[in-house]
Amino acid sequence: MSADEEPLIEIDGLKKHYSTDEGLLDRILGDAETVKAVDGVDLEIAEGETLGLVGESGCGKSSLGRTMLGLEEPTEGSVYYDGEDLTELSSAELRDYRKDLQFVFQNPFASLNPRLTVSDIVGEALDVHGLAAGEERAERVEELLETVGLQASHASRYPHEFSGGQRQRIGIARALAVDPEFIVCDEPVSALDVSVQAQILNLLEDLQEDFGLSYLFIAHDLSVVEHIADRIAVMYLGEIVEVGKTEEIFSPPYHPYTRSLLSAIPEPDPLWEGDRIILEGTVPSPINPPSGCKFHTRCPIAHDECSEWDEHPDLEEVSSTHGIGCPFHEEIQDEVGSSADSTGAESTAD
Amino acid sequence: MSHESQRTTTTERGRIRVTGFDTSVFEDRDERFEWQQDESTVSRDRMTRAWERFKRNRTALVGLAIIAVMLFTTIFARPIAIEGITIQPFSLAPFDPTNSNFGALNQGPSAAHPFGTDWSGKDILSRVMYGGRYSLTIGVITVGIALSVGVPLGALAGYYGGWIDEVIMRLVDILYAFPFLVLAIALIAVLGQGFWNMITALVLVVWISYARLLRGEVLSVKENEYVTAAKALGARDRSIIFRHVVPNAMAPVIVQATLGIGTVVLNAAALGFLGLGLEPGSPEWGSMLARGRSSLIQGQWWITVFPGLAIFLFVLSINLVGDGVRDAVDPQGDTSGGAGVRE
Repeated sequence: MSADEEPLIEIDGLKKHYSTDEGLLDRILGDAETVKAVDGVDLEIAEGETLGLVGESGCGKSSLGRTMLGLEEPTEGSVYYDGEDLTELSSAELRDYRKDLQFVFQNPFASLNPRLTVSDIVGEALDVHGLAAGEERAERVEELLETVGLQASHASRYPHEFSGGQRQRIGIARALAVDPEFIVCDEPVSALDVSVQAQILNLLEDLQEDFGLSYLFIAHDLSVVEHIADRIAVMYLGEIVEVGKTEEIFSPPYHPYTRSLLSAIPEPDPLWEGDRIILEGTVPSPINPPSGCKFHTRCPIAHDECSEWDEHPDLEEVSSTHGIGCPFHEEIQDEVGSSADSTGAESTAD
Repeated sequence: MSHESQRTTTTERGRIRVTGFDTSVFEDRDERFEWQQDESTVSRDRMTRAWERFKRNRTALVGLAIIAVMLFTTIFARPIAIEGITIQPFSLAPFDPTNSNFGALNQGPSAAHPFGTDWSGKDILSRVMYGGRYSLTIGVITVGIALSVGVPLGALAGYYGGWIDEVIMRLVDILYAFPFLVLAIALIAVLGQGFWNMITALVLVVWISYARLLRGEVLSVKENEYVTAAKALGARDRSIIFRHVVPNAMAPVIVQATLGIGTVVLNAAALGFLGLGLEPGSPEWGSMLARGRSSLIQGQWWITVFPGLAIFLFVLSINLVGDGVRDAVDPQGDTSGGAGVRE
């Protein structure tokens, strides 16, 4: 993103903490714990851009997507769209912005109401915002279905009569119904077959071209993100650890966490003996995250001082578009170069 | 080892490239799957499929048939007139259920009186036929009102949670803490006897189970992505609750309500037996049982057995139908529906 361009969406210090208290007694006794799903995220998304958001399960990717669209109440921070702080708006005021900001869901089997026809599912947005009624509504629904590669005659069917890929298309048609500017795609292809994944990804790209959409593309599959994203943000335990253009993320310098994620991409070559960086242990609990840099418990190049910082280190700009949240990231290249042979055996065992 | 030279290992990625993002291949193939279903085989919706499963359940159909026969005899037992205009002129019952015939007191079953007569010479067959009007309307009306109270409250409690949930569910807990009859007796003591007072007492204890059941379902249904999707579209809460959440949470409540009609009829009969039901002398099944209690000792079994059998048959049939409905709407048997399925 060029610096002079005003971003379409700007996320500023966004936090989403969930309380584990359940019911009256917990609230009275007050030993509730806090899950820090999103813990201070800054991001910018430009118009017409696709920002990929990657990270392992439970790192807060989906929470970030939901919170920035106001589907969850943020604990702290702001989301600016069109100069307006969405987190400050009442739900009635936010309703108008729903026409510009939409969501495509992960699981096409759970994201469509089984009791409504496709026409009602796609047309709901038109009803809610009073965009079209009667004959016009039917025409618009059919037009949307054809836009996403379904047939107009499918409008009267129920979701169970469709395959997973077709359902995901219905979900995309629903998001498109309000003619949005920006769509959060929350792992839109991870529940689909690989062949169908490609179709949906290409559909999303075509729509981006036709309608000038911007995407936040949440995924855990790096090859999918590499294909679709212009820029990538890497998330670990509720924080962004690295952000940059796709080719910058996929080439050095790396954040140590990104390095290990990249090394985990499956390689079809049976004779490949590349280094697979195996992270020790499991992801620490977001209820009680490690001090300092949250990654230090599993980091292959962790220093003593990593745990002593007050907070996660700020992203260090290695180029105008590339930030790495690790002051020691230069060490990772040396380490990678020397350990290529020794970790080869582990990769086959994994 | 000889082919080692050709098959050298590498640490470089990308020697084998997978180029799979060209969809022209799939698009051709997709055409073959674009078959059109015949309109006749398109299953319309879940209710149609549930009915088809219900029809295969013989015992439930028997129950439904018994209920249909009882409904028929009840409706056509005596003429029905509304404001002087007769809208149902048939009269299947051989005698007027409220007419006393002091020439034939406490007679056993005979050709003239197949179910015998009671202490004041009223024909028991006629009374049992006509009494269904009380029992059945009490059952249906009570369950209907209880649903219209319990469903919105349960949905609100489950959907919003927080203090709304606390208030509604603590009220439910309080009502649950009373034994049904104690609560009903207290209420009727305050309100007095009568048809609507009895229904009020019954509704008060029946709605709580619907509210609690629906709340639990709503808690799980509202986590579905289609609910979040509706929120993301900007749909209002009212529309989300009654368009997306409640219809997908109703199945167990419908089962409970069907079974509930039987329970309510039974409870109404119990109240009638305790003398807390309708006005004395009404041909309601429970009240008839109560009146016949003393004559049972004198060997006049017909006075109690026939209304008792009517209650038994109706409650049994409702339970058979309720079980059938449960099987029919059971999501486990619903292979093609995806509601609530999350990986």
